[in-house]
Amino acid sequence: MTSSRLFPLATTLLIFVVAYALCIVQYPNMLSTRVLGNLLTDNAFLGIAAVGMTFVILSGGIDLSIGSVIAFTGVFLAVAMGEWGVPPLLAIALLLVLATLFGAVMGAMIHYLAMPPFIVTLAGMFFARGMAFLISIDSVPIKAGLYDTLHGLYFKMPGGGRLTFIGMAMLAVFAVGILVAHFTSFGRNVYAIGGNRQSAELMGVPIARTTIAIYALSSFLAGLAGIAFSLYTSAGYSLAAVGVELDAIAAVVIGGTLLTGGSGFVAGTLLGILIMGLIQTYIVFDGTLSSWWTKIVIGLLLFSFIALQRGLVWLSARRSGAAAMPA
Amino acid sequence: MAASEPLLRAEGISKDFLGVTALSGVDFDLAAGEIHALVGENGAGKSTLIKILTGAYRRDAGRIVLSGEPISPSDVMEAQSLGIGTVYQEVNLLPNLTVAENLFLGREPKRFGLIDRRAANRRSREILAQYGLSIDVSAQLSAYSVAVRQIVAIARAVDLSGKVLILDEPTASLDAAEVSRLFAILEDLKARGLGIVFITHFFDQVYRIADRVTILRNGHKVATRPLAGLERLELVSMMLGRELKEEESHRAPAGEAGERPVVARFRGVGKRGRIAPFDLDLRAGEVVGVAGLLGSGRTETAELMFGIAQPDEGRVEVDGRPAGFASPRDAIAEGFGFCPEDRKQDGIIDDLSVRENIVLALQARRGWTKPLSRKEQEAIADRYIAALDIRTSDREKPIKFLSGGNQQKVILARWLATDPRLLILDEPTRGIDVGAHAEIIRLIGELRERGMSLLVISSELEEIVAYATRVRILADRRHAGELDAGAISADAIMRAIAAGERHGDGQGRAAEIMQEGAA
Amino acid sequence: MTLPATMRRVLPQLVALLVILALNTAIAPGFLDVAFANGRLYGSLIDILNRGAPVALLAIGMTLVIATRGIDLSVGAVMAIAGAVAAALITTGQPLAVTLVATLGAGALCGLWNGALVAFLGIQPIIATLILMVAGRGIAQLITEGIILTFNDPGLVFVGSGTVLGVPFPIILWVVIGLCVSLLFRVTALGLLVEAIGVNRRASTLAGIGTSALLLAVYAASGLCAAVAGVVAAADIMGADANNAGLWLELDAILAVVVGGNSLMGGRFSIAGSLIGAMIIQSVNTGILLAGFPPEFNLVIKAAIIVVILVVQSPASHTLSAYFRHRPGAAQDRSAGAVRAAGKTGSAGKEAVR
Repeated sequence: MTSSRLFPLATTLLIFVVAYALCIVQYPNMLSTRVLGNLLTDNAFLGIAAVGMTFVILSGGIDLSIGSVIAFTGVFLAVAMGEWGVPPLLAIALLLVLATLFGAVMGAMIHYLAMPPFIVTLAGMFFARGMAFLISIDSVPIKAGLYDTLHGLYFKMPGGGRLTFIGMAMLAVFAVGILVAHFTSFGRNVYAIGGNRQSAELMGVPIARTTIAIYALSSFLAGLAGIAFSLYTSAGYSLAAVGVELDAIAAVVIGGTLLTGGSGFVAGTLLGILIMGLIQTYIVFDGTLSSWWTKIVIGLLLFSFIALQRGLVWLSARRSGAAAMPA
Repeated sequence: MAASEPLLRAEGISKDFLGVTALSGVDFDLAAGEIHALVGENGAGKSTLIKILTGAYRRDAGRIVLSGEPISPSDVMEAQSLGIGTVYQEVNLLPNLTVAENLFLGREPKRFGLIDRRAANRRSREILAQYGLSIDVSAQLSAYSVAVRQIVAIARAVDLSGKVLILDEPTASLDAAEVSRLFAILEDLKARGLGIVFITHFFDQVYRIADRVTILRNGHKVATRPLAGLERLELVSMMLGRELKEEESHRAPAGEAGERPVVARFRGVGKRGRIAPFDLDLRAGEVVGVAGLLGSGRTETAELMFGIAQPDEGRVEVDGRPAGFASPRDAIAEGFGFCPEDRKQDGIIDDLSVRENIVLALQARRGWTKPLSRKEQEAIADRYIAALDIRTSDREKPIKFLSGGNQQKVILARWLATDPRLLILDEPTRGIDVGAHAEIIRLIGELRERGMSLLVISSELEEIVAYATRVRILADRRHAGELDAGAISADAIMRAIAAGERHGDGQGRAAEIMQEGAA
Repeated sequence: MTLPATMRRVLPQLVALLVILALNTAIAPGFLDVAFANGRLYGSLIDILNRGAPVALLAIGMTLVIATRGIDLSVGAVMAIAGAVAAALITTGQPLAVTLVATLGAGALCGLWNGALVAFLGIQPIIATLILMVAGRGIAQLITEGIILTFNDPGLVFVGSGTVLGVPFPIILWVVIGLCVSLLFRVTALGLLVEAIGVNRRASTLAGIGTSALLLAVYAASGLCAAVAGVVAAADIMGADANNAGLWLELDAILAVVVGGNSLMGGRFSIAGSLIGAMIIQSVNTGILLAGFPPEFNLVIKAAIIVVILVVQSPASHTLSAYFRHRPGAAQDRSAGAVRAAGKTGSAGKEAVR
């Protein structure tokens, strides 16, 4: 009977395995650590941000601001380290504090003003990108010793693939995310609020504190994703990462998390990221297919998963709507 | 019963909501090792009393003493830590979490700062074993039946609080076997010295499990009585607020109804788990009263008749032609109208004006291409504001600012404006002031004289006696009988309800469930 | 105080617009100048009206969707699809009429898709329209095959940069469509029915309103408006840019609707308010440019506007103001009055039956 919870995740896993198998049948080269390493590196920033989005969506909310926070992070770091001469580590620490506070403010507004998260984080989206623009409208290259060091950090996997620092960072964030989601009181509370806010409140879940923490976490991880992105591109640009929030939402939903909250797995989001990366990789390998198929296929997947979830909800409502059923 | 100081005592509890009295000077006491039933119709004040005891509401007056100590819980958490645990009927637990997570939410066992799932699961199994429940506690709660969820909720409440357990309609969606299992658990908890408050509207259950019963009506306590020696009829009469005495027979004329044309004919219409199949003919110029206790299938009957819910069996004829209602729209097209019980959720469009609320159904039936002009709308609104004496300073006032009685009159006006042939009224006089009450009853009579067919659901017996030409008796989610014009009196209705409830003894529901298994 | 109701309704928005225009004039003294040259009106005011056209057009459909307590996130993507369809058809030699009809049809189809998800599958509007928001640009790119599909058909270009009696055609488009839709909803009963759905969908269904069909129609209208906006945007640059056409304009459109005094919680709506809202946003854009601030400053201003509106609209502040307006004493007076007055009833009921 637990299948209804695991079903979307299992579907995601199945889709990934089958898709990857089909890819390999067509292009045997895709079965290499090189492809795998690139898959992780190319999607590292998206993956890190998507972990935060998973928590937000699990709680029944949405965060439209993460793309802007990523852009702000890049610009802030580039300008702080370059123009303002702030030591890299201090700049990073400062940025993460700023991002976390930013998220906390959004969370507080959502809770205390009782407004939909979508519109509050929309304001956050405008604000963060506006601030990025105010710092600089140019693409600012980042030259810092720290960045060179981090670029040099990677594992060479058998077969020539590289597990880069940001790839590892993403995996680490996912590991911590899974731990927080499933083994801490905060994680329980997130699921509880997403399941039924009113019940959660009656059962003693601190709604205000948890809501604020959820959005602070999301913005913190968006800041972290911004750092990964700046490592990936070695530059900060205020027009960067436009629409990343949509990709993150798509990854979360394709990963089997219920958009209405309360059900899903952080690990599923990793699978969602990998599926989306796989589509892109396939298109690169194919060479004749165009990049827009990525969006269309992701849209189709989104629709399938939303319809699947809706169907599951409908089925369980039908089941429990009946007068009784055997224990 | 309780010679010494009771476990829980509440005195003179009162509560107002924006000037509306929900509870007035209610006393209540509960002994350790006692199961105390709390009964009353909707709006009697049961849930308000419970919410005050559990800290969800603040009382306006009165005091609460628990184990000799005066308490004033400011929220549910505090009441829980003081020893008062609650299991609500619907809003309860989190089906998306596992059984163990539900039991330990907010107090998870930790190991190295992380949740120790194994310990939580082990302890959950231990706790549930006390209730004779051996299930996979790592599975989601939604995987289990309502009965199991109910037991988990009870286990959590008892584990958290441990003195007083309040159960708000715990059996509303359980079958007979599940109810027995639940009652065994309650007996066990009672033996362990817990005080249990049990809210239900199933009579046989009150008699089976409870030691004493407290009856509330309109925010007042009617009585607290030991169940031993309490007649069912007396209990019903206390709930419905009537003395057992010979009442003047009803005022509606009898006899002629047989010759009037049948407007709508329902044959074997029913829906599994909601209402057993029933036959019903509605004739022009008659008022069919529907009487029954809360949960007896009154609203379910109306919903099937108006196309809000679709029956799984049976057929409907209007004017002798077969008809089927896929939605209220279809029913309205046949000249039906429906004033729902929950005025706020289902009736009023609260931000719109009185005028707009009145013309809405008529406009919806005409279609958007044939708008009523502003002048016509105003004329219709003014006519009904005058005719029904709707008290509003202005027809453009948003309906949410009107009193309950006036809102009800607006909903009535909405349907009268469509000139319906059949009007279904679900508790038309609930929660409205005395004056409006009398006017609505008078109106029902006048509509009948005009040849309209009416079906009126009410828990006010005098009311039904005053306007009904015959009375349908509902009990235990089935149509249990009918009183003809000559036989209608408050007494007779009460006796019929009590007989139906006794006769039912959950068998009607059991039969439905069997059907469901077969289907 | 004899202003008509509709004017009273949008008065705060009008005042805000006038204040912004006055500020702009203070910053740039020539702001209000309107010149007529080469058969066309020129001037900052005309620019605001012209460049605000896409958002204004989107805001018309969005107002209706929001009135039903919905939201349409896909309009930006639908703009891209519409631009792509128009460009693809006209470049393959289709006549202008066919092109336009097909483009509008594509927009309506997108809207119907959204509406079906909302009305029949019961998916939350924000989630339902997210699907097309993500996939829509891919579809547009599929149509343009990933390039900026340019065209120079004079008829189609006219939609973006033509003039009628000196007035740029986009202005005429949004003003006329805005007027027509307003009239359609106010002259017929659609306005009342849509508002009823937005306030209480369940009670509306019980009162016999065909809520599903209406929701479908409203989302289709939003798709249609987005298609018109898409054609305007494409015609303006004489090409369909699937990547950037209408990018983030759904958010501007929602903002315009909210600035226009419409509640995100549905119910009462004013298309005129939304259109003024769109012009407020465009005036702020222009003002920032005139003041010499970087245009990027816009986003911060928009964020500030949203925060202010959120605070004003939030249930928390409503409770607060309601408390001051209807203190317990006042409520008691009302109900006491009702009871007092209820005594005299007379022949009331008989009238009712007629």
